[in-house]
Amino acid sequence: MPKDHGIGAAPKRREDLRFLTGTGNYTDDINLAGQAYVYFLRADVAHAKINGMNMDAAAAMPGVVRIFTGADFEGVGGLPCGWQIHSKDGSPMHEPPHPVIAQGKIRYVGEIVAAIVADSLEQARDAAEAIELDLEELPAVVDMKAALADGSALVHDEVPNNRVYDWGFVEENAAATDEAIKNAAHVTTLELVNNRLVANPMEPRVAIGDYTRHNDESTLYTTSQNPHVIRLLMGAFVLGIPEHKLRVIAPDVGGGFGTKIFHYAEEAFVTFASKQINRAIKWTSSRSEAFISDAQGRDHVTKIELALDADNNFTAVRTHTLANMGAYLSTFSTSVPTYLHGTLMAGNYKTPLVYINVEAVFTNTVPVDAYRGAGRPEATYQLERVIDKAARELGVDPIELRRQNFITEFPYATPVALEYDTGDYDATMTKLEEIADLSGFAARRAESEKNGKLRGLGVNCYIEACGIAPSNVAGALGARAGLYESATVRVNATGGVVVMTGAHSHGQGHETSFPQVISEMIGIDESQVEIVHGDTGRGAMGMGTYGSRSIAVGGAAMVRATEKIINKAKKIAAHLLEASDSDIELKDGTFSVAGTDKSIAWGDVCLTAYVPHNYPLEDLEPGLEETAFYDPANFTFPSGAYACEVEVDPDTGEVSVQRFAAADDFGNIINPMIVDGQVHGGIAQGIGQALRENTVYDENGQLLSASYMDYAMPRADDVPFYEVDHSCQTPCTHNPLGVKGCGEAGAIGSPPAVVNAVIDALQSGGHDVTHIDMPVSPSRVWAAMNG
Amino acid sequence: MFNSAIGKDFDYREEFMTQVSMTVNGQAASGDVEGRTLLSTFLRETLGLTGAHVGCDTSQCGACVVHVDGKAVKSCTMLAQEAAGATVDTIEGQANADGSLNVIQQAFQDHHGLQCGFCTPGMVMSAAALLKENPKPTEAEVRHYLEGNLCRCTGYHNIVKAIMAASGQDAEAIAAE
Ligand code: FES
Ligand code: FES
Repeated sequence: MPKDHGIGAAPKRREDLRFLTGTGNYTDDINLAGQAYVYFLRADVAHAKINGMNMDAAAAMPGVVRIFTGADFEGVGGLPCGWQIHSKDGSPMHEPPHPVIAQGKIRYVGEIVAAIVADSLEQARDAAEAIELDLEELPAVVDMKAALADGSALVHDEVPNNRVYDWGFVEENAAATDEAIKNAAHVTTLELVNNRLVANPMEPRVAIGDYTRHNDESTLYTTSQNPHVIRLLMGAFVLGIPEHKLRVIAPDVGGGFGTKIFHYAEEAFVTFASKQINRAIKWTSSRSEAFISDAQGRDHVTKIELALDADNNFTAVRTHTLANMGAYLSTFSTSVPTYLHGTLMAGNYKTPLVYINVEAVFTNTVPVDAYRGAGRPEATYQLERVIDKAARELGVDPIELRRQNFITEFPYATPVALEYDTGDYDATMTKLEEIADLSGFAARRAESEKNGKLRGLGVNCYIEACGIAPSNVAGALGARAGLYESATVRVNATGGVVVMTGAHSHGQGHETSFPQVISEMIGIDESQVEIVHGDTGRGAMGMGTYGSRSIAVGGAAMVRATEKIINKAKKIAAHLLEASDSDIELKDGTFSVAGTDKSIAWGDVCLTAYVPHNYPLEDLEPGLEETAFYDPANFTFPSGAYACEVEVDPDTGEVSVQRFAAADDFGNIINPMIVDGQVHGGIAQGIGQALRENTVYDENGQLLSASYMDYAMPRADDVPFYEVDHSCQTPCTHNPLGVKGCGEAGAIGSPPAVVNAVIDALQSGGHDVTHIDMPVSPSRVWAAMNG
Repeated sequence: MFNSAIGKDFDYREEFMTQVSMTVNGQAASGDVEGRTLLSTFLRETLGLTGAHVGCDTSQCGACVVHVDGKAVKSCTMLAQEAAGATVDTIEGQANADGSLNVIQQAFQDHHGLQCGFCTPGMVMSAAALLKENPKPTEAEVRHYLEGNLCRCTGYHNIVKAIMAASGQDAEAIAAE
């Protein structure tokens, strides 16, 4: 019997009521009295020196308030990078300045060259057309290999060979890994591209700066996944505004997927310029702007080698990856190909030796940073593709090859610095075989073949590290931020609860799922609990939502604060019931004295806390409000097994996804309905990456896929219904809820399943095709079949 | 009007504005627009009906779908002046008179057919148009009809289910929860 409240129940989402009636409050829905608008003039060449700008005509146009250029930002900080990586030789990464507005040089198409503030957006846009730029074009650096070559043009003059860093991990494994590969019975090698993606949350970014002169306060409304982080980065590193004079509000946010983590130039601009003109300034990105200004994702080129012994045991993995950073280091860009990627290269397998080498490269393209999964999809894709290729080369069943090499004992210390606390990879694989009906595949293939189609089955596993932590370890690895989360639980006088969390919901449904936890702990109805998030003015501190961390870290902080509340409330109850607090039990919203019929309701205790007439004032402060900061002891490790079945049309190369199944282990589940939804969305993004989405620059650095006409977003008829299951649960051992996080799994686990399935289909048709790069488009499939 | 830093001697807006009137969610509505003002802008900025969202500038995402004279229209593709005199229905007018969700809205909530909610107004308005045309669509028909509505969050699974459930079909039998 499914539960009807608390942890594990699936109450309908309360936030849906506003979203379904058009009464959500997204940033673009906010209009401030007297606001001006900014239009950003963006570079339309990828690489050029700015020799001059003539703005006289533009400045004289109707409605123009002021035009800002890079010169206005001299002396203002640049956009900071949040993670310092060291190269193999111990040297710190190259970290050139990242200006708010281009200063002297343009480094990518889309970079802000000037900002026109006017009474209306149309006026600002009209004025932008009247600005004359005197540019000296430079050769564009686009391809990573060419960028690294001696003599290449330089994106930043001070960065030789455009190489940001050359990272080796774990350096102590390097020689032994080389040796193991040399001595292996079999080595499978694969070169592959993890295609560059544009995150494309459906809500484009928006930023509104609002300065009030009488109290010298700045407020930024922004489409952010982590308003407190923006307050810290922008306040401390860019504009020099202390926290108490800066408020950042991220109201309803229409999807993030990573690209709304970062601190962007537009946020700093509107905050800075609003003070200059003493007037609110609004910026709303168009979709076209989003394509050339939102940080993009992935873009790795990798060679991976998998060594096996004569019994098909994995003995070593070695990779070399080129990771595209774009033209500047975005907030978390440097951590994605390193600590979020290299650490996952053991996967679900007990491979004893793993060595990763990553070279990060500047190019004249939009900056690249985390996109749903961030490093972990790249790791999973390489590993699960090369294992599939190895199985084919060795003539063994790909599922059995995986099973044979699974880690089976926990905790397990990998050769790439992680310690997996729990997991049961065999269980998720068995569950997958059941829900994907793998035993029925042969019959389905026969049916497809009757219809002239090739049918393929692709299976893979994944593991991810979520709830990134602990802060001291991350700090030692170069992180420049803490990775805790905070929660303040405020109990009002009549017993209702307000939770101020540093986590941020932009689709994840925290307003529904977080109260389930409180309801479970206290025994009050979920309707008595309200979640406040997205406003630095209402919650003390927070690190925000990304890396599937909301419930694992933010939820844990809320549990810790609620435990403090319950402890204090028990003391009050003990006083009122004239018992010892160790005898007080809390169940279903009632405190009782163990072994007696004496009890008092939650609401009465809360009221006493605020009307402390009969209260132990000498021992206890009145009131009932507690804050907790939770810093996790380890990552969490969700894992699972995914299966995809595709049909390939041999005449056109068209691939259609027929079935998709996902068996995940997320540990304990708070709201299964929301978890299913997270997995569905991730799978669609993974199918999108595998089959359709691609970000293409020409050799001049022009983005060719710059709108929904050219960038193929997955649509409803590109995907099937998905079969998802999360009944395999090995709870996390080190957070109080036993949860692991579920937000990124779908996007991490699905691309290799799709590509494995396409290869399987082609092989079944007698085509000796071992790899096709994503997106596996009809033309690429056709070329592979007929090549 | 605000005086801009560099003063202007005429009011740009008054110069180019004309008035349009239409019936929006059953009520008379009017406002001043420029010739180039889109219906989506008029609804959002002039009338303050921010339910219809703008997710693209190439008329492909469908977040802005409203009904004009009973037909689903991407409000970013129509000029406000073209809708003069028309009957326009938006997401804000969809709930029942007592404020409860209508059948389609309720099905979206029941089947978790929305996450961030940004595509949702367009999805609901498109679904309403579909079900008017085709009261019992198949899964394939629903998916095909939604070609012009992008959602980045849900993977469409629960949207398709919600629409089929709203049409009175047994969504559980179609796809497991
Ligand atoms: S905003 Fe109208 S279709 Fe995208
Ligand atoms: S619910 Fe977020 S885009 Fe559809």
